[in-house]
Amino acid sequence: MEKSNTYIFIYSVALVVLVATVLSVTAFSLKEKQQANTRNEKMQDILMSININVDAKDAEQHYNSHITETFIVKANGEILPYILKKEGKVVDTIRAFDIDMKSLYDMPLSERTHPVFKAVKNDTTYTIIPLRGRGLWGPLWGYISFYDDANTISGAVFDHQGETPGLGAEINKPRFSNQFKNKQIFNDVKEFTSVQVVKGASANSPHHVDGISGGTITSVGVNDMIDTCLSGYVKYLESIK
Amino acid sequence: MNKQKEPLFSKKNMKLITGPIGADNPITVLCLGVCSALAVTVKVEPAIIMAISVIVVTAFSNLIISLIRNTIPDRIRIIVQLVIVATLVIIVDQILKAYSPAVSKQLSVFVGLIITNCIIMGRIEAFALGNKPWPSFLDGIGNGLGYGIILIIVAFVREVLGAGTITIPGMGEFSVIPAAVYDAGYSDNGLMLLSPMALLVIGVIIWIQRSRNKNLIEHN
Repeated sequence: MEKSNTYIFIYSVALVVLVATVLSVTAFSLKEKQQANTRNEKMQDILMSININVDAKDAEQHYNSHITETFIVKANGEILPYILKKEGKVVDTIRAFDIDMKSLYDMPLSERTHPVFKAVKNDTTYTIIPLRGRGLWGPLWGYISFYDDANTISGAVFDHQGETPGLGAEINKPRFSNQFKNKQIFNDVKEFTSVQVVKGASANSPHHVDGISGGTITSVGVNDMIDTCLSGYVKYLESIK
Repeated sequence: MNKQKEPLFSKKNMKLITGPIGADNPITVLCLGVCSALAVTVKVEPAIIMAISVIVVTAFSNLIISLIRNTIPDRIRIIVQLVIVATLVIIVDQILKAYSPAVSKQLSVFVGLIITNCIIMGRIEAFALGNKPWPSFLDGIGNGLGYGIILIIVAFVREVLGAGTITIPGMGEFSVIPAAVYDAGYSDNGLMLLSPMALLVIGVIIWIQRSRNKNLIEHN
């Protein structure tokens, strides 16, 4: 039907205001739940890197019992005094846990405050390092944990925002991440080599894992992510060996 | 005027639901929504969630548009439709994020892309603008179902042949190909995971459907 310009104008303004209200109310009322999900997921991922698989609802409890301290290191190996442990319990997990990894890696290397998580499981201490990188369609992230020697990987977990299902998205499957177990990031002469993701890598090589067929750009993204992120921790890892 | 009230699930109304599943299927007959049918059919689980999300969005966008159909100025009707559909899609996305974060992560961008799904705009233009709310609502559900069924069939074929598994929401992943078959030299066909193969599967479905229902064959 033909309507006057005034009608069209008022109609569209009213519609937009109404829709905006509905959306803000929805977003606002679901925000808390979504943030809790994000936190739980992050805790699950961190625990997963030391091979503890828990449900989202138990994540916080297990996180608090396994993660003994969190702190921040600079690229020169200096540890900033954010040790949050009191009487054997984590009293504040805010600092390292809440660091925005995206903006962290936008900063120049010397200014970055790299978060480190220390965990204890069966009397072994693990060092967990968060990773952040770029895949084919969007960000990649992950956590990688090391044994006492700060060289051998005890576990790794990767995730992504929008990699292609069945191809690049396979990086979040144990089939891919389990390959990282017992790989080493320093070579025989103590140089940092990272762990390289390459097609057709031999399972015997201590510094290589096999990439994903059809997910080349994502595999390269994981490779670069591990290299870039860990290089900021090299000094720190060398100091705790 | 002796206007007889039509029962809610009259034969005519039921046809709105069953039609799109069969002879009026949006994907195989109307050729709408093929794009997303290629994208989310690698595994069964995201296909099912996507189907549910599309059913919700088609049903409610049809309903809302039909309710306000007499107030919508003709000249801006596409924009109005887009605003309504986009709102519903964002709400579905936010709810998935809050209550089903794992699935929301799997579907990632595809939920947002429901906005561009031709079925929704197509049904609004073709049906909701000219019909009463209740039939429009049913038409939305029917078309969502018709879309979803094809999606799940394609996903089933691709996942079984491509990865040898079936994933069902809330139940996890099952291997459907026995180990003995692999031992005998069979291997999963990675090609099935690539989008072009979805087109092939849809093609086969269209072929089967048209060979069974001759009315659907176009005569030039």
